[in-house]
Order: sequence, then structure tokens, then C-alpha cells
Amino acid sequence: MPLELVFITEQVVNGLFVGVNYLLIALGLSLIFSLGGIVNLAHGGFYAIGAYLVVLLFDWVGYPAFAAAPLLVAVIGVVVERLFLRPFYKADPALSLLLTFGLAMVIEQALRMIFGATPRPFSIPEALRGQILIGDFIYSRYRFAILVVATLAVAGLWLLLQRTPFGRIVRAGIQAPDMVGALGISLKPYLTMVAAIGLGLAGLAGTMMAPITGVHPAMGAEILIPAFVVVVIGGLGSFWGVIFAALLVGVVRGLTVYFYPPAAEASMYLLMLLVLIFRPRGLFGERIARFE
Amino acid sequence: MEDSVNPATASTKAERYIKRDNVACIIGEISSASGLAIAQVVERNNKLFFNTGCNSDALRGSDCSRFMYHVEASNSQYVKGVGSAFLRDGLIDGKKIYFLTADYAYGQDLSRVGKKYVEAHGGEVAWEDLVPTDSTDFSAYILKIRQARPDLIISNLAGNQITNFVKQYTEYGLDFPYGGFGFDTAVAWGAGKGNFGGEWPVAWHHNLPAEGAKAFVAAFTKKYGKPPENQAWGDYTATKLVAEAMTATNSTDSEALIGYFDDEPKLDILKGRQGYFRKRDHQLIQEMYTMTAKPLDQLEDEWDLMLLGDAVPGEGEDLESIAPTEEENACTFSAA
Repeated sequence: MPLELVFITEQVVNGLFVGVNYLLIALGLSLIFSLGGIVNLAHGGFYAIGAYLVVLLFDWVGYPAFAAAPLLVAVIGVVVERLFLRPFYKADPALSLLLTFGLAMVIEQALRMIFGATPRPFSIPEALRGQILIGDFIYSRYRFAILVVATLAVAGLWLLLQRTPFGRIVRAGIQAPDMVGALGISLKPYLTMVAAIGLGLAGLAGTMMAPITGVHPAMGAEILIPAFVVVVIGGLGSFWGVIFAALLVGVVRGLTVYFYPPAAEASMYLLMLLVLIFRPRGLFGERIARFE
Repeated sequence: MEDSVNPATASTKAERYIKRDNVACIIGEISSASGLAIAQVVERNNKLFFNTGCNSDALRGSDCSRFMYHVEASNSQYVKGVGSAFLRDGLIDGKKIYFLTADYAYGQDLSRVGKKYVEAHGGEVAWEDLVPTDSTDFSAYILKIRQARPDLIISNLAGNQITNFVKQYTEYGLDFPYGGFGFDTAVAWGAGKGNFGGEWPVAWHHNLPAEGAKAFVAAFTKKYGKPPENQAWGDYTATKLVAEAMTATNSTDSEALIGYFDDEPKLDILKGRQGYFRKRDHQLIQEMYTMTAKPLDQLEDEWDLMLLGDAVPGEGEDLESIAPTEEENACTFSAA
């Protein structure tokens, strides 16, 4: 294989790893919107909370912190859903946008007030440090670990939605909430669970990114927009669409860094523009009757 | 004292401080673009601005103002400060260097000054990637660097991007020498132990042995529970110098204060050697330092990550030797 092609292939594979970073956040965002109709602008805040929690807990309990932090974010998610999101499911979407926009600012400022504006130090745990060399390619062992955890989380979520009574009701609730109600099933507990899962996934993403990115109050705002772009490209409500779009955005970004780095971040917006021109519903977007 | 998110906010705030609060001078700011906006406001209103965080040479050159003083070191001072360490280690002469440059005013100014320095000392900037300011993942850049096999990697990045780059560079375990032309202590703190490496310039550090520095560090640590970083030093020093000037002149009038500083009095700036504001561009002429990572077994606490090098310029050398020269960065003050 010519050298140039080797380098490009390396970037494509690395792009898939980068795409995984967006994946978990975008899935939660998509899920909460699909069932509750709320565009959660505070989603990045929960990613940041996940990162801060693992930094705090790791010194105290060690490796279990990586499991405890996302679970705690999910618990916080239950509280937030009960107190703030619940009254807005049936309201004008503009109201929930304002609410979550405010919530995002409150979370960021709260992190700043509690932990200060300077980033918190945190490293890759000892056991996961190092690199894996495959032929000419180099990969970080820690990013392999992220890939494994993210794959398990995605598989678990898919099984939950497709193979359990819980998932059947959630899917029915997305398509026909009134019919679900007519069958005597209240969606309220399901909405709470979905918010907990969605926000917990954002917390999981933050937890896993903490060792390789700066842990600072605005980190949630940094990741939110790429996550939205992924959801829009993949298509609202589409599980596989979000996964495909996350990986696609990662690869396109990697190739742009290779050929023309100044456009690295702009590439995803260009991709979104192209997708919206040819497929306004996103690549795999489903038709959700109540949002038409 | 102010810090702003963008030039429009900066100039609105500056107007408000002057018109509503009737301040004599404004201290602060971090972004060169906002710094320029504030300079324009103070100039119109005959007040003073002490810049404590904007580095771009242009602010001391083509955009300079008689009403603006720079406690923060200029990009030239940062580049020449750390450059001497790279030269000493034989990393510039005849070497191929990879630049990672933040794609906005600060990064581009730093890259321009840095490139000039590298070329003047026989090196070549063989690669340069402009990094968008919203990039958080550097893995793709790191792979490119690995393919290029440079003799030295230079970061012209800022703030959190340096933290991210340093963490991820360590993650990939590459062994090309690296460092940067711009830096803040908080960046190293954010990277954490075991992640911080390379050679970096710094205007001030809390481990400096100067008497004034020790007293400031002790008082700051008592109040905030952690040592001050270099930006805190800038704000404190500017405030201290302004207070001294006001006491000495017994006045808050801008012309009186400019007259005081234009005599180039020697000032205690919490460093080994005293500094002074250079009359022709109002830059604080001061010594700089380089730093590297401290060996892990010598670390005392989470703030103690850096090994401070000798002051630059060295003992007995002229402090002006690292500041931008008149030819490099001419400044013409508009008539008073």
C-alpha cells in the first residue's frame, strides 16, 4: 500500500474512535427528544458533571468511580426530570428550550463556583495507559477501552429498547403517546427512566473523556453542538442513524485534519448542510407523526 | 478590573466603568482583540488601561496606545524566553519543526513571531497546522506529527487547548521533543501529574524565590487555598504598581501617572530583578522563565508540577534583549 494511503487509512480508523466520543451524548439527546419532545440544551452540562464526579470519586474509591459517576448523573437526571422537565412535555417547545438553556448556564456556573475556573487535573488510570501498535498504526489503549465500553452501552440500550416490555412501551410512546394512554399505561415513569438513561449516557461520556480532555466548567458547551449535529445528520428518532452519523462525523473530521486542518471543525457543519439539502429528515430519520 | 468574552462586551464594560463609575484606570483582560477595544475607549476618555493578559505583539506595535501599559509579557518575550532553552538543547539550528497554531489572532501573531525566531536561528518550520479554536480532540494531529517525524513540536495554542494537547500527546507516548511559545501555569495544573511535559515559557511562577513573590504566594494561598498562577500575578502586580504610582504622584490623573512611568522608575514586580515600563511602547521590561516537568518523585502537591529554569535573559544580560526591538515592532503613540 502506498504510504499516503496508509496514513489516510490510519486517519479513517482514528476517526471512528473520535466518533465514539460524540455517540453516547448524541444517543441520549435523541432519545429524550423522541419521547419527551424536549430539545435538551443542558445535555452537555451532564457530560461535564460526569467528568467532575469521576475526578472527585477516583481519589476516594479508585476504579469503581468510572461506574459510580455515570450512575450518579442518572440519579441527578431523575431529580431534574421530576422537578424541571416534567411540566414541559406538553408545552410549547420554545419554553423547554428556554428552560434547558437556563439550566445549562446554571450547571456551568455552579461548576465554576464550586471547583473554580481552572481545569481539574486527571490522568488515564495506570492500568489503561500505553499504546497498541498494529502494523504501522498506533492506537491508544485507553481509547480501545472507551470503544469497548461504548459498544457495550449501545448494545445494552438497543436490547433494552427492542427486546424488553420497557422498550416496547417507550417505542410505542414515541410513535403514539395517546394510544399508549388509551391502553391505560401512564408514560410518566417511562419518561423519567428515559431522561435518567439519556442523561446517564452523557455522564458516562464525560466520565470516559475526563482523562484525555481538560476537565473545566465549559466542557459541556464544547461537546453539545457536535452532538446536535450528529443527531441532525443521523435523523431524529433513529437509533442506527445517530450511530452512523457519529462515526461519519469522526471520519470526516479526521480526513479534514489530514488534508486541510483549518476546516476540521467546520467539516461537520458542511456535512450537515449537505445532508439537510438532500434528506431534510436526516440520513435515517423516521417520520414521527406528532412532530410533523 | 475586567475580563470579557468579546471585544464588543469589553468596550461596553470599559465605557460603563469610566462613565458611570468614574474610574481612573482599568486593569485586566485576557484576549488581545478585547484589549485593543478597551485601549480605544480609554484613549478617547483620557484614562489608563493596564493589560495583564493580552500577549499579541501588535498591541505593543501597530496597535499601541499611549494610554495602555502592558504588565503581561509580549509574544516576543515569550518566544525569545523559551527559545533560548530550545537553542541550548540544540533543537532549532538545522532542525525541522512542526507548528500547531491556534487559528485566531493570538495564535497567528505568536506563529509569526515564532517563525521569525526559528528562521533567524537556522531552523525551519517544515509543517504548520492551523487548529480551529473549538477543537478538543488532537488525536488526528498527533497521528500527522508521528508521520512527519519532526525534530521539535511547538504549540502556539492557548488555554484549554494546550491542556488537551499535552494530555493527548502523553496518551500516544510519542517521544519527539515538544514545547510551546505560549503558556499559563493553570494549563499544567489542568493536565495533572504524569501528563505534563515539554519545555514552556512563563512570565511568573509561585516557586520563585524573590521576597515579594513569597509574601504574595503566602497571602494568596491563605485566602484561596491554592497558590496564585501567572494571571493572578499580573492582576496583583498591575494593581500594586498603579497604587504606588498614585501614591508617589499624589494624583489619579492620567497625565501625571504617564509622566511617572515614563521616567522608567525601577519597579518591584515580585521577580528576581526589578522591571520598568519601557517609554517607547509601555511594555513592562522584565525577566522571563522557562519550565519543564518536575520528576514525579519530587512532587509535593498537585500544584507542584513544574521545574523552574533559570531566568531569561541570564544574570548580567540586558532585560531588553528578549523584548521586541524597534525594527520588529515599531510603536508610534498618537499625539497627546
